[in-house]
Amino acid sequence: MKILVPISKVPDTTAKISFTDNNTKFNSDGVQFIMNPTDEWFALVRAIEIKEKSGGSVTVINVGGPENEQIIRKALAIGADNAIRVDTADDDAYFVASQIAAHAKEESYDLIFTGKETIDYNGFEVGGMVAEMLDHPFVTLVSHLEIEGNTVTVKRDIEGGHEVVEVNTPCSISAQKGISEQRIPNMRGIMQARTKPLEVKAAVESEKLTQIISYELPPSRKEVKLIDPENVQELVKLLSEEAKVI
Amino acid sequence: MSVLVFLDQSEGKFKKAAHEAATYANKLAQSQGGTAVGIAFGSIDSNSLAEAGEFGLSKVVHVNNPATDNYDSRAFAKAISAAAEKEGSKTVVLSFNQRGKSLGPRISVRMKAGYVPGASALPDSDGNIPKGVFSGKAIAHYKINTEKKIIAINANTLPPEKVGGSAEVEVFDGGLSETDFAVKVISKEKLSGSIPLSEAELVVSAGRGLKGPENWGMVEELAGVLNAATACSRAVSDVDWRPHHEHVGQTGLTVRPNLYIAIAISGAIQHLAGVNNSKTIVVINTDPEAPFFKAADYGIVGDAFDVVPRLTEAIRNFKASQS
Ligand SMILES: Cc1cc2nc3c(=O)[nH]c(=O)nc-3n(C[C@H](O)[C@H](O)[C@H](O)COP(=O)(O)OP(=O)(O)OC[C@H]3O[C@@H](n4cnc5c(N)ncnc54)[C@H](O)[C@@H]3O)c2cc1C
Ligand SMILES: Nc1ncnc2c1ncn2[C@@H]1O[C@H](COP(=O)(O)O)[C@@H](O)[C@H]1O
Repeated sequence: MKILVPISKVPDTTAKISFTDNNTKFNSDGVQFIMNPTDEWFALVRAIEIKEKSGGSVTVINVGGPENEQIIRKALAIGADNAIRVDTADDDAYFVASQIAAHAKEESYDLIFTGKETIDYNGFEVGGMVAEMLDHPFVTLVSHLEIEGNTVTVKRDIEGGHEVVEVNTPCSISAQKGISEQRIPNMRGIMQARTKPLEVKAAVESEKLTQIISYELPPSRKEVKLIDPENVQELVKLLSEEAKVI
Repeated sequence: MSVLVFLDQSEGKFKKAAHEAATYANKLAQSQGGTAVGIAFGSIDSNSLAEAGEFGLSKVVHVNNPATDNYDSRAFAKAISAAAEKEGSKTVVLSFNQRGKSLGPRISVRMKAGYVPGASALPDSDGNIPKGVFSGKAIAHYKINTEKKIIAINANTLPPEKVGGSAEVEVFDGGLSETDFAVKVISKEKLSGSIPLSEAELVVSAGRGLKGPENWGMVEELAGVLNAATACSRAVSDVDWRPHHEHVGQTGLTVRPNLYIAIAISGAIQHLAGVNNSKTIVVINTDPEAPFFKAADYGIVGDAFDVVPRLTEAIRNFKASQS
């Protein structure tokens, strides 16, 4: 099984979010960046488990600048075999997906395995776009995955439940929690990562279909209204008459 | 110019999300001097189809192919794009739910239309669309550079609004053939009796402060009187006190209910990321310094084991006095 795992770089989950240039740019000053958790813990780890069990290879691909090599090396340390970085800005999902699809078309992977979403732009979009560009079946929000020959059996979320479905390779899947457990890279992995191939590719021509015009911080909540624990009736009254939610 | 809206259904009935999307599409179409057209798939009861008109749709295109009773993003995206073409729709509206999240990007590519996933309001007067980013910690305003546009809206963005009217129903094959279907459904499991968390208007959630799974009875009871869904923090689902599908937050589900009651949850930033867009937040915690109070509208500093049963009782009495 030849697997491609697209990985992205995001601000650490606890990063303070602020903007510069009149609220048109994300302020990365003092922000720690990490590999997107769903890509790292779920798509990448499950891909490596599949390779360890039945052979094949795991390639990671990232669309982004040289500063992203830190997360790419981490992916190699966790166990990916080789890496591609497409050297360009990643500010539009369609543009990013075009880069990944262009690479995938050259290599014919059996499985394109993304995370469900990035925790910065929360798009849930790059995986689906790549799937459409490659004319792959695409199953999202997968919390369990098994592969037997060229049949991929997965459990996917539906509203209020889940479904077990089968698709054949080649296909695209987006992973979420439940599919695998986080792996901490060990010393041997970190040493090996230094010598694993990391190829830098130039971007292919593609349009950008969207752009962010400005950012704002959500209106801050009013000061919390504290209610005497002995007087829960007061809370019920506020919820019904002030908040109008019950 | 028409706006095409995907009407998501479950077991033959449109979801609440479909009515929200229809309302959004209708408002958008009106602002552009056009009409809104729905597209529905598979077995669906005829009342539901006609009822869609009440939400302002002039027509519903019905792809009544039995194969679409099972969801396959590729086939659905193909039929929706074909319907947009046929109806001359420049904009397609979807719900940002499980199906919408796989359809939006596919349709965006098929139609080469800029896509905003998770819109939180109608476009502003410049046509820009707001969307939550950084897990609810900020809002970004998106401009779509293409004439054709795809918008997936968050749950609870607009309340469904009945405006009267009836929809003409037109059967459409969507240009689908057998080879378009590649996802084979083996089994389906509905979590019985519960309200799907992602669609719930009211949510009662509890954390590690409850000390053990045996103490969730009072949480379920409170949820019961409110007709709310139950949720939990990651600390709780990690140790299997509660099922994983109840886990909300950065690594779990994002919810935007009208009311989120957080019981014995500290309010770590990763938890808040999944709930901070709730309209009203109530926090019950023994620790007055718990960070959750900073994100709350109403708070009770107190012991959950004492407060929750009394709150349940008070709500029960309130409901009884209302009926
Ligand atoms: C990368 C990453 C991702 C994460 N993703 C998530 C996520 O998606 N969702 C999530 O929830 N967490 C997530 N976490 C974990 C998060 O940081 C917290 O550890 C977790 O939310 C804590 O859960 P808790 O509030 O239930 O437990 P605790 O932090 O242990 O808090 C328990 C609270 O209960 C209160 N309490 C105790 N007894 C009582 C009582 N009798 N009555 C009332 N109150 C009482 C205490 O004062 C305390 O505030 C993530 C962490 C990381 C690092
Ligand atoms: N710049 C990128 N480079 C490589 N993969 C990406 C990039 N951005 C997003 N992805 C992949 O697409 C998934 C969905 O991202 P998004 O659509 O941005 O929410 C992520 O979980 C990654 O697997």
